[in-house]
Amino acid sequence: MNPQTLYEKLWHKHVVREEPDGTSLLYIDRHLVNEVTSAQAFEGLRLGLRKPWRITPIIATADHNVPTTARAGGIADPISRLQVETLDHNCADFGIREFGMNDPGQGIVHVIGPEMGATLPNMTVVCGDSHTTTHGAFAALAFGIGTSEVEHVLATQCLLVKKLKSMRVTVSGALPPGVTAKDIVLGVIGKIGTAGGTGYAIEFAGPAIRALSMEGRMTICNMAIEAGARCGMIAVDDTTIDYLKGRPYSPAGARWDAAVAFWRTLVSDAGARFDCEVELDAGSLRPMVTWGTSPEMVVTIDGHVPDPAHEADPVKRDGMQRALAYMELAPHTAIQDIRLDKVFIGSCTNARIEDLRAAAAVVRGRQVAASIRQALVVPGSGQVKRQAEAEGLDQVFIAAGFEWREPGCSMCLGMNDDRLAPGERCASTSNRNFEGRQGPGGRTHLVSPAMAAAAAIAGHFVDAAKF
Amino acid sequence: MRAFDTLDGLVVPMDRANVDTDAMIPKQFLKSIRKSGFGPYLFDEWRYLDRGEPGQDCSKRPLNTGFSLNQPRYRGAQVMLARENFGCGSSREHAPWALDDYGIRALIAPSFAEIFYGNCFKNGLLPIVLDAAVVDALFRDLEATPGYHLRIDLPAQTVTTPAGAVHGFTLDPFRKYCLLNGLDDIGLTMQHMDDIRAYEAQRRAVEPWLFD
Ligand code: SF4
Repeated sequence: MNPQTLYEKLWHKHVVREEPDGTSLLYIDRHLVNEVTSAQAFEGLRLGLRKPWRITPIIATADHNVPTTARAGGIADPISRLQVETLDHNCADFGIREFGMNDPGQGIVHVIGPEMGATLPNMTVVCGDSHTTTHGAFAALAFGIGTSEVEHVLATQCLLVKKLKSMRVTVSGALPPGVTAKDIVLGVIGKIGTAGGTGYAIEFAGPAIRALSMEGRMTICNMAIEAGARCGMIAVDDTTIDYLKGRPYSPAGARWDAAVAFWRTLVSDAGARFDCEVELDAGSLRPMVTWGTSPEMVVTIDGHVPDPAHEADPVKRDGMQRALAYMELAPHTAIQDIRLDKVFIGSCTNARIEDLRAAAAVVRGRQVAASIRQALVVPGSGQVKRQAEAEGLDQVFIAAGFEWREPGCSMCLGMNDDRLAPGERCASTSNRNFEGRQGPGGRTHLVSPAMAAAAAIAGHFVDAAKF
Repeated sequence: MRAFDTLDGLVVPMDRANVDTDAMIPKQFLKSIRKSGFGPYLFDEWRYLDRGEPGQDCSKRPLNTGFSLNQPRYRGAQVMLARENFGCGSSREHAPWALDDYGIRALIAPSFAEIFYGNCFKNGLLPIVLDAAVVDALFRDLEATPGYHLRIDLPAQTVTTPAGAVHGFTLDPFRKYCLLNGLDDIGLTMQHMDDIRAYEAQRRAVEPWLFD
């Protein structure tokens, strides 16, 4: 047999049937459901007099609309409340396992799936959310879908899709101290652009990727969508297997051994051909900070805001000018001179335990700058929160002047009460710096957890490694 | 999905070009958790003099009486006669949901926006493309004739006027098949249930842990 890429292996293992035009019926192994994109799918199911094909692949949680302050009082905003209650009712009606707002297992759907072992190698994983790419870190074929497709998966356990082209991003060498997975992925997006991965499934490979923990790999795959790719993935190795061992949804006993033997085959074969290859040297990376309103508008911490006058392409130049106007930044400003109003450590990109440890290591024994109006730490899940508290990280943050919150999406997109006021500038560990993303008129700079923590202490961007 | 065969339906005019999906169902209704119930808000900004909110009771809202949907002669219409590029704008399926919920079953226009056109079929609506000159004539007839009906025959692919003029239309044979049989994407996939079950049996043998 010809050498196959990891993507081809995952694809072929899930095709139920293929139409002459290449459209394939793909079987879905794990269906994650949130409150925002599922209500109409459940209603459609009922209107069509249908029921879920299987309920065991479905895991539901409320993450976007939940308050991150005390939850005893429920949700104040009636529209948010109705979305969350509708999910509760739908799950109860159909017998679906839900980690509801007050369940200890609740959290951002892309954080709780992996931590429960509900994301396994060779799974197809879908969710009505674009950052489903996160789960590809486990050699899974994971991608976001729309509400009609959520209904389609509920009813048939399948989706109609076409095969993507394949891209391999090889990150060679080793990361310098203080440079993290977030900086790798921002570096990749800076290099290939936010449309660079359009039409592709990206496999991240190379020594620098293999050296990452599962948390770091999830950060990378999480932002594959920000490079335009429908999915990102990383091959199985010891790190994958060690992470999965003993998790609640992971296989156990003899099944575990069989699973491990099978999972080990989920790597791209030597000599497999990719439609596109991209290379990056980890040794050349520095901590990254976005300056604009697209994740590709990114420079290193020792860099400067670029000058649109030096951009030859008129469309790009125009985009840069608009971004600078929105961000209220002048060309040539040193990144380290950008002063911040708020700091957000959270989101499905960077709210796992390792992220909180990295941030706490910077914060320990220091104080949030007086000029920072609010510094939030929002753990990605109830489990992350409890683990962090067991390690005393919450006290480190609180002593420094951070607010320690309940898990959820929070200020990543501000569907709950956590948002930026117009004009406020934020160092954020999330994944999107679009206009108004964290609140109307808010200005977002994407960074790693250590960089966000250091910015909170200094009041402006600084190199966390030298801090 | 409801099947479409033939229809003899009252016609309502929507006499402007480039009607976008935002006009059909304004943004605030996207916050709704429902797929049904959008009918009262169809063309909300044109139909009412105040601003609508999801869940609002529309029976007491001030009407824009000049708007076609509010004129008694068009009450109960199942066919909408429209102008070019009908349905431009976003890909939201709320637009066909709202038309369907209102009671519209078929749309006739010189052209439709592509995504909207596809979304109509997904939701059991029949969008019919006729020549601009024919559509023009239909608008004139409609204006002049109270209770104006058109007879739509999907198997024969024809629209017949009360005077007996027959206008043929074309559409993709696969879309026609799905609409005639009431098959949405899910219905189509359901035709392959046996394949899905066979696939599951084979996966279960290799990866039993996925099926606990
Ligand atoms: S944390 Fe942000 S990006 Fe992730 S699922 Fe929530 S809203 Fe989406």
